[in-house]
Amino acid sequence: MTATPLLEIRNVETYYGKIQALKGVTMEVKAGEIVTLIGANGAGKSTLMMTICGDPRAAAGQIIFDGQDITKLQTHEITRMRIAQSPEGRRIFPRMTVYENLIMGATTSDPAYFDEDLSRAFELFPRLKERRDQRGGTLSGGEQQMLAIARALMARPRLLLLDEPSLGLAPLVVKQIFEAIKELNDKDGLTVFLVEQNAYHALKLADRGYVMVNGNITMSGTGKELLASEEVRAAYLEGGAH
Amino acid sequence: MTEMTNSSARPGRHLDVPRVAKDLVVTALIATAIFGSTIAFRTVSAAGGLGLTTRFDVAFYVIAAVVVGRLLLWIFFWSKPAGEPAVEIPAGIKSGFAHVAARLGKIFGPAMLIIALVFPFLPFTDRYLLDLSILILTYVMLGWGLNIVVGLAGLLDLGYVAFYAIGAYSYALLAQYFGFSFWMCLPLAGILAAFWGIILGFPVLRLRGDYLAIVTLAFGEIIRVVLLNWYKFTGGPDGLSGIPRPSFFGIPFNRGEDGFAEIFGLEYSSIHRIVFMYFLILALALITNFVTNRLRRLPIGRAWEALREDEIACRSLGLNTTSVKLTAFATGGMFAGFAGSFFATRQGFISPESFTFIESALILAIVVLGGMGSQVGVVIASIVMIGGFEVFREAEQYRMLIFGLAMVVIMIWRPRGLISTRIPSIFLKEKKAVSADMVSQGEGH
Repeated sequence: MTATPLLEIRNVETYYGKIQALKGVTMEVKAGEIVTLIGANGAGKSTLMMTICGDPRAAAGQIIFDGQDITKLQTHEITRMRIAQSPEGRRIFPRMTVYENLIMGATTSDPAYFDEDLSRAFELFPRLKERRDQRGGTLSGGEQQMLAIARALMARPRLLLLDEPSLGLAPLVVKQIFEAIKELNDKDGLTVFLVEQNAYHALKLADRGYVMVNGNITMSGTGKELLASEEVRAAYLEGGAH
Repeated sequence: MTEMTNSSARPGRHLDVPRVAKDLVVTALIATAIFGSTIAFRTVSAAGGLGLTTRFDVAFYVIAAVVVGRLLLWIFFWSKPAGEPAVEIPAGIKSGFAHVAARLGKIFGPAMLIIALVFPFLPFTDRYLLDLSILILTYVMLGWGLNIVVGLAGLLDLGYVAFYAIGAYSYALLAQYFGFSFWMCLPLAGILAAFWGIILGFPVLRLRGDYLAIVTLAFGEIIRVVLLNWYKFTGGPDGLSGIPRPSFFGIPFNRGEDGFAEIFGLEYSSIHRIVFMYFLILALALITNFVTNRLRRLPIGRAWEALREDEIACRSLGLNTTSVKLTAFATGGMFAGFAGSFFATRQGFISPESFTFIESALILAIVVLGGMGSQVGVVIASIVMIGGFEVFREAEQYRMLIFGLAMVVIMIWRPRGLISTRIPSIFLKEKKAVSADMVSQGEGH
C-alpha cells in the first residue's frame, strides 16, 4: 500500500439548500484498498458519494484525487480522471441492450481498450454475456447490478465508487456481487470505495471502514476492528449477521 | 319482445328489461326527430314553386331499423356480464399476427421508398395528389427532425414550429434583402435554425419534462409574436410574398428558351416544378432520415438515447449532458430549418399564421402517434394525420372531432405509439426489436 492516498477528502461540507448533509467529512482511500462507508438511512453516505462526483458540489473542504484538487471540477471532468461510479439504484439504461449499456460505460475510455475491457467484463459476469442483446430493463435485479458494475468498469477506472450494490438483492446474489468486487481488487488491484447499508458483508470485505452518523464520520478502523466493535454491532449488525 | 325475454333467461346474461325499454323509447324519439324531419318531408319542384310530398312510410322503416338495430346491440353485445372481455383473441393468432407484422416491417421501409420514388409518374397522380404528398413529406421531415429531440433525446419540445418558422423566414428575408438563391439559403437556414436551437437550449438545460415543455412552448410563441410585430423587417401579419421559386440547379422552370422544359426537350408544363418540389422534399426528408440513422449508431446518438433513459446515469458515466442536449436541440432545429426554407419556396408567401402552436402540436402528435423514436412510425402517422385531414375535409367542422377521437383511441389501443419497438443501434447477429411495452420506462420521460 502506498503512502499517499488515491482519494483524500478533507473537511467536506455539503448542503441541500439550507440543510447541511455533510458536516465536515474527512477520510481517505489508498490505492489498492477496499474502503467501505457504512451508516443508517439518511446519514449522508450517498451524498458523500455524489459530492465526490461534483453533484452536489462541496460547499467547503477539499476533495483530492491523485494529488489533484477536483473539488471545483464538472462531473464529466471528474469522471474523465477515471473515477467511475455505479450509482445508487443501478440506473442502467432500460431500453438499451446490455451491449449498448456497456458501450455507454466506455464513453470516457480509449476505444483501443474496448474489446479487452468487454471480454474482461463478460469474464467477471458471464451472465451478462448470455444476455448481451437483451434490454437492460428486462434483466433481473441482480443482473442489473452486475451490469451497473460492469458498465462502470468499462471506463477503466482507477477508483471505483459503488453506491449500495446490495440494494434490493437476494442474499445469494449479494454474495456473488461481493465476490466479484473482491476478485477485482485481488486480481486487478482495483481501488474500491463502497457505500453500504449491509454493514456485515461490507465490513467483512473491506480493508478499512468508516461509520457515518448524521453527516459526521464517527468511527473508523479496519474492517475487522469495526466488526468487533460493540457500538457497530449494536447499531448496525444486530440481527444483520447471517 | 319475445326475443328479449328469451335472451334474458339465458344463464350468465342479464338484460335489464325496463332499462332497455326506456332506452329504446328514447332511441325511437331521437330517430323520429332526425328522420321525421329529413326523410318524411320532401320538397319537389312543382309548377309555380316548390311543392311538398310526404314519405311517412320510408321514414317509418328507417326509424324501425334504428330501433331494431339498437335492440340487437342490447341483446348481443351489451348484455354480457361485466368483467368479461368483449372479444377474446386466441394467443396463437396474436403471436402469428406479430410474426407477420415483423416480416412486413422488414420490407415496409424499402417498399415505401419505391412507392415514393415512382409516385409522381403513376397514371392516377394528379396535381392535387402531388400537392398533398408534398405536404405529407414536409411533415414526415419535420416529424423525423422532432424525433431527434423528443424520440431520441427525450426532451419534450412543444415549440418545434419556431425552428420551422426561422428556416422559412431566413430564406424569405435573405432572398428579399440580399437576393440569395434557394440553394444558397438552404444551408444558411439550417445553420440559423441550429443556432437558435442552441440559444433555446441554454436556458432549458436544467429543465425536464413538464417544465421543459412549458419553456419550449413559450419559445415557439415568442418567435411567432416577434415575427408578427416586427413590421418593418418581417412584414408582420402581412407576411412576405414574392419569395423566389427554386430553380433546377440554376435552370428556372419557365417557358423561356433557358427554361427547364426547353433545355431537356420537354413540352412545357407547370407540373414539372411540382414534381421537382416533390423530389426536393423527398430528398430532404431522406437526408434527415439517413443522418438520424447514422447518428444513432455514433456515440452522440447513443448518448442522446442514454440521456432519454437516465440523465443521472449519463452524468455518472462522464457524459457532458450540456453538450448532449445542445446538439440534440441544434440537430433537430437544423432539419426544421431546412423544412422551413422548403416551405417558403413552395408557398411563395409566408406569414406568422403558418407557424402557430397547432403546427407544433401536430408535429408532436405525429411523433407520439408513430411511436417515439421510430422512423417508420413517423411516416405512417404523417400519412394518417395529414392524409386523414384531407379525406375528412368533407366532414368540415367534425374533422377535429374525428381526429380527437382517433387519437384517443390510438393512445388507448397503443399507448406507446403505433411502432413502439426500439431496434438496437448495434447488435451481434440479428436485429431483435423488443416491444417497448415489455421494458420498464427510463427516468428521462
